[in-house]
Amino acid sequence: MDATDTSHPDYYHRVVDCQWACPAHTDVPEYIRLIAQGLFTEAYLLNRQSNVFPAILGRVCDRPCEPACRRGRIESKPVAICRLKRVAADNRGDITGRLPSVPRLKNGKRIACIGAGCASLTVANDLLPLGYEVTIFEQYDRPGGLMRSNIPSFRLPEAVLDEEVGMILGMGVELRLGERIDSLGALIQTGRFDAVFVGSGAPKGKELRLPGRDEAAANVHIGISWLESVAFGHVDRIGGRVLIIGVGNTAMDCCRTSLRLGAQTVRVIARKPRGFFKASPWELEDAEEENVEILVNRLPKAFVIENGRLAGMRFECMEYELDARGRIVAERVAGEQFLPADDVILAIGQENAFPWIERDIGVEFDQWNVPVVDAKTFQSTRPGVFFGGDAAFGPKNIIWAVEHGHQAAISIHRHCQGEPLTERLPPGVNLQSRKMGMHEWAYANDYAPIERRLMPHVSLKERFKKLNIEVELGFSAEQAAEEAQRCLNCDVQTVFSAKLCIECDACIDICPVDCLTITNNGPEPELRAHLKAPAENLAQPLYVSAALPQTGRVMVKDEDLCVHCGLCAERCPTAAWDMQKSLLSWPHVEDEARALEQRQPKIA
Amino acid sequence: MTYIAKPKVTHPSLPHNALGLTRRAYEGALSTLCAGCGHDSITAAIVEACWRLSLEPQNLVKLSGIGCSSKTTAYFVSGAHGFNAVHGRMPSIATGANAANRRLSYIGVSGDGDTLSIGLGQFCHAIRRNLDMLYIIENNGVYGLTKGQFSASADIGSRAKKGETNRQPPIDPVLLALDLGAPFVARSFSGDKRQLVPLIEAGLQHRGFALIDVLSPCVTFNDHEGSTKSYAYTREHYEPAVLADFVPREQPISVDYPAGEAREIALHDGSRILLRKIGADYDPTNRAAASAAVRAREASGEYLTGLIYVDATGRHPEFHQVNATPEEPLNSLPMEQLSPGSLGLRKILARYR
Repeated sequence: MDATDTSHPDYYHRVVDCQWACPAHTDVPEYIRLIAQGLFTEAYLLNRQSNVFPAILGRVCDRPCEPACRRGRIESKPVAICRLKRVAADNRGDITGRLPSVPRLKNGKRIACIGAGCASLTVANDLLPLGYEVTIFEQYDRPGGLMRSNIPSFRLPEAVLDEEVGMILGMGVELRLGERIDSLGALIQTGRFDAVFVGSGAPKGKELRLPGRDEAAANVHIGISWLESVAFGHVDRIGGRVLIIGVGNTAMDCCRTSLRLGAQTVRVIARKPRGFFKASPWELEDAEEENVEILVNRLPKAFVIENGRLAGMRFECMEYELDARGRIVAERVAGEQFLPADDVILAIGQENAFPWIERDIGVEFDQWNVPVVDAKTFQSTRPGVFFGGDAAFGPKNIIWAVEHGHQAAISIHRHCQGEPLTERLPPGVNLQSRKMGMHEWAYANDYAPIERRLMPHVSLKERFKKLNIEVELGFSAEQAAEEAQRCLNCDVQTVFSAKLCIECDACIDICPVDCLTITNNGPEPELRAHLKAPAENLAQPLYVSAALPQTGRVMVKDEDLCVHCGLCAERCPTAAWDMQKSLLSWPHVEDEARALEQRQPKIA
Repeated sequence: MTYIAKPKVTHPSLPHNALGLTRRAYEGALSTLCAGCGHDSITAAIVEACWRLSLEPQNLVKLSGIGCSSKTTAYFVSGAHGFNAVHGRMPSIATGANAANRRLSYIGVSGDGDTLSIGLGQFCHAIRRNLDMLYIIENNGVYGLTKGQFSASADIGSRAKKGETNRQPPIDPVLLALDLGAPFVARSFSGDKRQLVPLIEAGLQHRGFALIDVLSPCVTFNDHEGSTKSYAYTREHYEPAVLADFVPREQPISVDYPAGEAREIALHDGSRILLRKIGADYDPTNRAAASAAVRAREASGEYLTGLIYVDATGRHPEFHQVNATPEEPLNSLPMEQLSPGSLGLRKILARYR
């Protein structure tokens, strides 16, 4: 193999699995270290730079970082990254004066954002400090979008949502509540805006057309619309027996909300076995803790009507044959079942819908009626019209919408400055040694053999008393301090310099997880099989050094299971290994603006 | 030297041996030697060999004298018995322990000072008695613990860190052991575990005295230019004589070796040493030829390494055969057998009247 090019910003970024997996590339290890030091305000602000809503995301993020966390590959459970984020938000001090400042003198450019959800709010958050005037149009009378309408208040308290949304609105957004945009063409034609950002989400729940659907209409609800009605106070009760069709995260919110509105038995119906569930494992866990029954392998056939109203649903009971990799190879119907119900909630997916965008204004739509959006610039086929969040590529989650917002803000700025959208600042990595002395490092390098802390919950008796009792209590300061110690500091990188190596084997002998090998170079599959411990995770690239001076062999490191204990560097007599913190620069619009400014000569 | 202990966390796919133990179960205390010390690599090789042999830790005895090398017995197999003897006197302790219990495996770790200076006489007699043990010399050519004076194995012309040149001839433990009739003589290098680990395995399973002289650079006092025991110098002047692989009992020889090219030496427990020639003809079962080859290489400034000599005949009687030691450990014999009683004692004394 060729020597690894560690100067490519992706190489060290990838080693920080959580940061690599996070769509917004939040600097997770750094904020966990700040939490460990009790610097909650600093941890909050660092978070806010990339994910904008730390208190909200600390509760309801889909946390792609956690399945990626290296701790999960070494033990079974990853670091509770998401809940640590909440600790920073819960315990932070006053941040007034530490948020980006907004100039009084505007730059003369006006931006319209459609929908007051997380994507639009991120765009506003990024552009306001540069002097843009941002107007957000929202059809409802309260801002927050899906975060308000679709996430139940027992998971995300209203006060938390109001505070973080308020921080952005307080920077000077012109918020036009109750103003639904019915024509994008008309909005553009006003000529008031230099760019339009569409962040209107994916507000259309999928329908299930089965016999009896129309007769049962009064008791069959579309999941996300129903949650919305609950959030805005239009619905405050439901029947005693409820069936939830679908087993994604919306289904979990629907079943838990039903329990709080008076339902006695709630059953979640899944078409396929457990391995195929769309819901995140932790959301399933939380629902099952509340005694929600999940029935698998049932295919809905009909809504059953008795005396003119819904009496229940009929299902086919399925049997599936799975292959070794868990894929379905055959299915058959093993029988039928009737389940009684007073209400049925459909939670089988959602889509974005754009009846309000004219098809002749230059915004192209593809064969599925979805707008054609550039995956990097988030611009539609009409210059100056941008999409982000669920409106861009269909339903994802908040953290994706936030990153879309950041990227769209860069595009909007470049568009307004007349610069090509694609020539954006590239990401970069900066490395800095953490060596303090013979055996001293500027990070806690010892491995803490403690298990993941459990999140304390409000008791099962208490939590149903009111709709908005937050179930998770959050970590205490002590729990947070312990959990923070589980972080492996993957951003403190093992950096090798081949020309210093004397091949004494000291690093190889001391490495607790056998991730180092000095060997003759060869093709990748051969190397992977012959390392001290075979490198089986093909998704993690191997590190291969330049030829070593004494024998011409190479140092190979499998980054997959490295615990960043720094013992290789402590044992190295020539400092060929060093522990260096990698700091990723993932450009936001302020960096872009600074770079553009430096390029232009100042007029004296 | 490291400040934090090696974390207990392991690679999830770490293999288990016949006893169900991972390699980590054969580790010992935290090393306090200099970072990059060759001795630590030898420690790692011993750990690997003991794990591969599926030795039960309580059946291993670790013996040592004084010096950097002699500290290392603390750094492997913490479940084994250990005795840290007076400077150069490890062979006496080994003799006593061996006589008392022949069922255990004995590994002695010593240095060039402990073996070739203060303990030279002890070393010679351990060979002469053909003690059933593995004797490892961690040979770096300097007294590291007293800040780098030349030791008895320093080569003529080798320069010390401060600049002076050694003018006294070295004592070569390999030549000495060959001359004294040792049945198993090997030389290796701390930086070559592929060679060293099978030698340690074979040495532990071999009945009788097994010597492995391991070139083990002193990273602090003898790893500079002009030294003849630095990492760089050793790598340049290091020539394996044969490839010796260790094949455990009941394990078929892997098909990698074409028939006729490999030669087997059977050990008493059914395991085998597999010798494979490399380059010129070298016969490790011919003592005189082995001595000559080592001398010839030495004259051209090179280190001949690998299994230099092994007694394939098994005719050389070892310590227990000569002294008719009991099969059972002394501590398990009944009092009547251990003690002649007053009547028996009187009979014995009568012989001397």
